[in-house]
Amino acid sequence: MKRAKLLLLQVLVAVVVIVIWHLISATTLFGDPKTMRFFFSTPIDVGGRIVQWVIGGTVWYHLGITLLEAALAFVIGSVGGILIGFWFARRPMVNAVFDPYVKAANALPRVVLAPIFALWLGLGIWSKVALGVTLVFFIVFFNVYQGVKEVSPSVLANARMLGMNERQLLRHVYLPSALSWMFSSLHTSVGFAMVGAVVGEYLGSSAGLGYLIQQAEGVFDVTGVFAGMFVLTACVLVIDWLVTKVENRLLVWRPQPAMASN
Amino acid sequence: MAQAAVISQQPGSGPDAQSAAVALEGVKITFDLPDGGTYQAVDATDLAVRGDEFVAIVGPTGCGKSTLLNAAAGLLKPASGTVAIFGEPLSGLNRQAGYLFQQDSLMPWKTALENVAIGLEVAGVSGKEARDRAREWLGKVGLGAFGDRYPHMLSGGQRKRVGLAQVLIRDPKIIFMDEPFGPLDAQTRLIMGDLLLGLWSADRKAVMFVTHDLEEAISLADRVVIMSAGPSARIIGDYPIAIPRPRDISEIKLDPRFLAAHREIWHALKEEVLKGYRQSNGGA
Repeated sequence: MKRAKLLLLQVLVAVVVIVIWHLISATTLFGDPKTMRFFFSTPIDVGGRIVQWVIGGTVWYHLGITLLEAALAFVIGSVGGILIGFWFARRPMVNAVFDPYVKAANALPRVVLAPIFALWLGLGIWSKVALGVTLVFFIVFFNVYQGVKEVSPSVLANARMLGMNERQLLRHVYLPSALSWMFSSLHTSVGFAMVGAVVGEYLGSSAGLGYLIQQAEGVFDVTGVFAGMFVLTACVLVIDWLVTKVENRLLVWRPQPAMASN
Repeated sequence: MAQAAVISQQPGSGPDAQSAAVALEGVKITFDLPDGGTYQAVDATDLAVRGDEFVAIVGPTGCGKSTLLNAAAGLLKPASGTVAIFGEPLSGLNRQAGYLFQQDSLMPWKTALENVAIGLEVAGVSGKEARDRAREWLGKVGLGAFGDRYPHMLSGGQRKRVGLAQVLIRDPKIIFMDEPFGPLDAQTRLIMGDLLLGLWSADRKAVMFVTHDLEEAISLADRVVIMSAGPSARIIGDYPIAIPRPRDISEIKLDPRFLAAHREIWHALKEEVLKGYRQSNGGA
């Protein structure tokens, strides 16, 4: 009952927004509809464009490219973050030496790297993957580093007393702890992989959702921009839902205070 | 003043260093402070524990009881003095020992069963056999039906039971326990004490049991060792407990021998507790 009511209210918000949007673009309430349509398009046009894309099949190709870029960025960035994070956490000397550079690199707005990557790697998918990697890497890196550092000293001492050697400690203590931190940042890192892909496409490419939006913008096709945005949003929502599922599965051992009330 | 009169003769009640499971001789433990100085936690301490003896170590909080245990377990190296395990000097971790810690130290990402089985698995026992024996041990500590629970789904007392099974399944010759039942409520502590004594009586090992609770120490141990307040804590008393086994922990407090032992030891301990309390509140 409560759930249904909540869902109803949530849908109501969308309906209100779309109705206002429609009123803006179809009536004189907020100004000349013609001008308004130029800036905001209309919900019906945007819906029509999305349907046209889905049926015509164009959107699947671009979506596929974007998802491929995001997936590659996520995998490469995560693997790199895990390996380097472990290395830094277990070798304080290495960490101390590289610390200012890591901080500097992380402070740099990654978008400015996009032109460099386009120059180095061309306009194909790899320049977008590289941009995504620079975003994902640091999130995973910091979380894995923290995960290894924050292993409870008593769990560690206990594991040692249970006879674990260094390799077994890595497998049974450090790795699960690091991965739990990494998984808890899964939403952020997956999101940033998408951001890297789309921003990269937007700045220069020949395919992908970012490309679609950029092309539409180039000819003042606001309908196309909005349609691209909605497809992107829907796609991110689906991914986020999947990540939640994966997270619940992988972190089943974590105390979840919310679970009691469900 | 009063405690000087009741210090009992240590050589009389303890075993000699050769036959002992754990023998600490002149063990001194210091820590480096951040400001460059050193803090002497434990002053030259001798203590020997027989292979089938249950020794409780009691002292005011912060007196270095756990530190002494960690030195015997090889988790930290004494500044001077020797630690010998069954006559052999200890280097590195004490491989003959199991350690039940005060804090939660189960691996939270493993189920109760996996936590108990892990000690065997890392020693090379096959996965299936380790699991079978872990199931058996979970049964012994009364958690047969809880094998697939993760630690956060268990109560504090249940987690301690898992910890106990985790330590005992490896069949260590020496067991160190650092206020293992400290965080539990009074009733659960009694039940855990009973469980521990039951398991220990069935297969006697050397036990060093650190606690700040004198009643718990007397009801469980063969010998109660008293430490002075830190810094530079040392052993100031060593009392054999002559209450016959098997003991019923919930009833033992009414036993006149318990009361006599309690009176005598508390007399020595009280001064130290007050001293420790004054020190920890020193500035105030």
